[in-house]
Amino acid sequence: MSKSGRRAIAASLTGGDEVAVSNDASDLKAGAQAATGAKLSALFAGTMGPLIGLVLLCLALTLTTDTFLTVRNILNVLDQITVLGIMAIGMTLVILIGGIDLSVGSVLALAAMVMGFVAHPDYLNLGMPAGIVAALVVAGLCGLVSGLLVTVTKLPPFIATLAMMSVARGLGNMITDGSQIVGFPDWFTSLSITRHFGFLSVTVGLMIVLAIIFAIFLNYRATGRSLYAIGGSAEVARLSGIPVKSLTNWVYAICGVLAGLAGIVLAARLDSVQPSSGLGYELDTIAAVVIGGASLSGGVGSIGGTAVGVLIIGVLRNGLNLLGVSPFIQQVVIGVVIALAVATDTWRRRAQ
Amino acid sequence: MSPDPRQTESPHNGLFVSGLCKSYGPVQVLADASFEVRPGEVVALLGENGAGKSTVSNIIAGSTKPDAGAITWRGKPYSPASPAAAIDAGVGMIHQELKLLPDLSVAENVYVGRLPMRGGRIDRAAMNAQASAQLKRLGLDVSPERKVRTLRIAAQQQVEIAKALTLNAELLIFDEPTAALGGEETELLFKQIRKLKAEGMSFIYISHRLDEIAEIADRVVVMRDGRIVARHERADIPVRTVVEQMVGRSVERMFPQLSPPGDQTLLEVENLSSPERSFNNVSFSVRAGEILGIAGLIGAGRTELVRAIAGADPISSGSVRVAGKPVHLNGPAAAIKAGVVLVPEDRKAQGVVLDQTIGENLAFGNFDHVAPKGWVFPKAVQKFAEAGISRLGVKGKPNQAVSKLSGGNQQKVIIAKWVPRPPKVFILDEPTRGIDVGARAAIYDVIADLARSGMAVVVVSSDLEEVLGLSHRVLVLSRGRQRGILDRSEASNVAVMELATS
Repeated sequence: MSKSGRRAIAASLTGGDEVAVSNDASDLKAGAQAATGAKLSALFAGTMGPLIGLVLLCLALTLTTDTFLTVRNILNVLDQITVLGIMAIGMTLVILIGGIDLSVGSVLALAAMVMGFVAHPDYLNLGMPAGIVAALVVAGLCGLVSGLLVTVTKLPPFIATLAMMSVARGLGNMITDGSQIVGFPDWFTSLSITRHFGFLSVTVGLMIVLAIIFAIFLNYRATGRSLYAIGGSAEVARLSGIPVKSLTNWVYAICGVLAGLAGIVLAARLDSVQPSSGLGYELDTIAAVVIGGASLSGGVGSIGGTAVGVLIIGVLRNGLNLLGVSPFIQQVVIGVVIALAVATDTWRRRAQ
Repeated sequence: MSPDPRQTESPHNGLFVSGLCKSYGPVQVLADASFEVRPGEVVALLGENGAGKSTVSNIIAGSTKPDAGAITWRGKPYSPASPAAAIDAGVGMIHQELKLLPDLSVAENVYVGRLPMRGGRIDRAAMNAQASAQLKRLGLDVSPERKVRTLRIAAQQQVEIAKALTLNAELLIFDEPTAALGGEETELLFKQIRKLKAEGMSFIYISHRLDEIAEIADRVVVMRDGRIVARHERADIPVRTVVEQMVGRSVERMFPQLSPPGDQTLLEVENLSSPERSFNNVSFSVRAGEILGIAGLIGAGRTELVRAIAGADPISSGSVRVAGKPVHLNGPAAAIKAGVVLVPEDRKAQGVVLDQTIGENLAFGNFDHVAPKGWVFPKAVQKFAEAGISRLGVKGKPNQAVSKLSGGNQQKVIIAKWVPRPPKVFILDEPTRGIDVGARAAIYDVIADLARSGMAVVVVSSDLEEVLGLSHRVLVLSRGRQRGILDRSEASNVAVMELATS
């Protein structure tokens, strides 16, 4: 993102009131910069550790490879993290309220299969828009069912979404009896390929816009702040008059919709859908959110932190590929990073 | 069993604490603390929260290390490196928040970490028999195989004591043992302490309930700001003297002057019953400006009753009207909208989100005020929080985490959360539990102010003196039934207790 673009976002976050009071041009600039600094630090509050880690990681890769710090590679990284990034936004909400969603990988696959089934000429052939809508509705319903299992049936979120993980995977396989659906319209696949303004594909743009919308939602909307109350203590939130059950249902439903959206993005990238896609994505997603400083016990976390967490995983994968490290060793490294990130966070909290 | 003190060469064979100091960063929490505990006596350690009582106890119990000073225990230098080392030396501590494993049996809890083994397997028969013997010694009739979760708090505490006894503890530190106990249960605990005392055990007894001290303690040590400010050789000293020593100033009055209530009836409760029968057919009304106290033993249904009125728990029958209008009690949100707010019994679990700031905690109940169109801006939260903080006299800043506040200030934050609405009916359940004496008076003033400003106030408390001192009328519950409503003029210790135990 450009510097002025960042500032524009920062100004929009503050409603621009801090910069509007001054007439003097230099004051205005200084005010805008101060506001940018303050807002950025607020956005990344509690995520300084992961942010430093990300910067060090980028620095190390810049020094050890010729190819890391090139426009092409950075755009590559952004393309590679879109699916993870979109899912991680939903997961952040779920983890914030003290829940967990193990079903996102399966819901991603089910949504993609529904889209293929509804849209593809070999099947229902109702067109891409209908396919996309159907996919998002099905994904949202999956999330809602998980939410209802938690709020009405009182299942622990781990169990409720573990069940949904299995059900959604099974349904995804049932649609085509396990086979993949290949070939979508060019305009659809180009969503993830064509780089508008020379750098921004629609899918990457979508991820960034969603991140900004949800960051604003969590920081500045009463409902967003209420999620922090629910995660901090559901009983305190309930006694404060916050509608804990309905918000919980909404959060799981939104997490489902975002998983479905990630499935559509993945379909655009691969020009195909298969019921086995997204295997194990739930763990990557949870890892990204946790690396970003969120607490699995709820009440702590932010979209800014999650963005850093997603970038750390994306950059790490990319960098290890550039260095020619085997994918098996990559798994080990990512495991170590998860442990390190959470351990440093815990140490820091204890030191305070 | 400790030997007869007269047979030893030192003055006695108990605990000598001398010159203990402890600082956390620049804050000195303990300065030159010295006192002694003789074998077979109960020493009451009194002081406000933050006076250093917990630090002293934690040092003696091995969970904190002092910066300077020395302890002698049973004639030998004593500096436990860990709670386990303290236990090995015969020093145990019963914490205010009990440290039991709720899903294990009573016997397993008593013997956790040293389960009796036979041939590589747990010898359950021996374990249950031994645990049973210890429980009998305490006069407790509970099956050793019962899960601790199913026991009441008082019985759970007995399990902790039984555990300490099987560890051969000769010095037991009690931190606020009676905070969660009713009158009968407190009596039972005292009986046990006296019995163990006669066997030669020593006790350090920390409590905020000063009326208990004369009954159970032999000597009194008063702390303030990390120092020991008074040592009394006997325990039957006037409460007022002790309070003055604790707060370092003379206490004018504990309870504020009450203003006469108004005419309008704000809260009408009719034939209210709970699905679990924890209260039955309760009917009362509270006028504007009136404070109604609800008294009763633990388990009488007081908390259940007020939680139901505040929409927190379901009811099976009956009705609640606020300012004449019926309230549909289907959740806290509806009750809050109708003007009924609750300051719940368990401050930390139900009242505040500890890890979040004062500002956030205040905003959580007031998004309709702080965020008119759903937009929450830090500045608005800050302003709202500052208003609440100054109105209630909270010692803290809007962006400070609530966990860093004292109990009294946390309680003020919860009250401050509701004041701006303003509510019509203000219910406070155990408003001063675990709060030190100086801060209690401030809470009482706040409650009297709420009534003065025209709200109907309901106060539930296990502290009888508090109910009597604070209420225009007192409703007494016993085993879920309403035993009577006493007017201030006729409500006395004896009158209330008679109804409560009926």
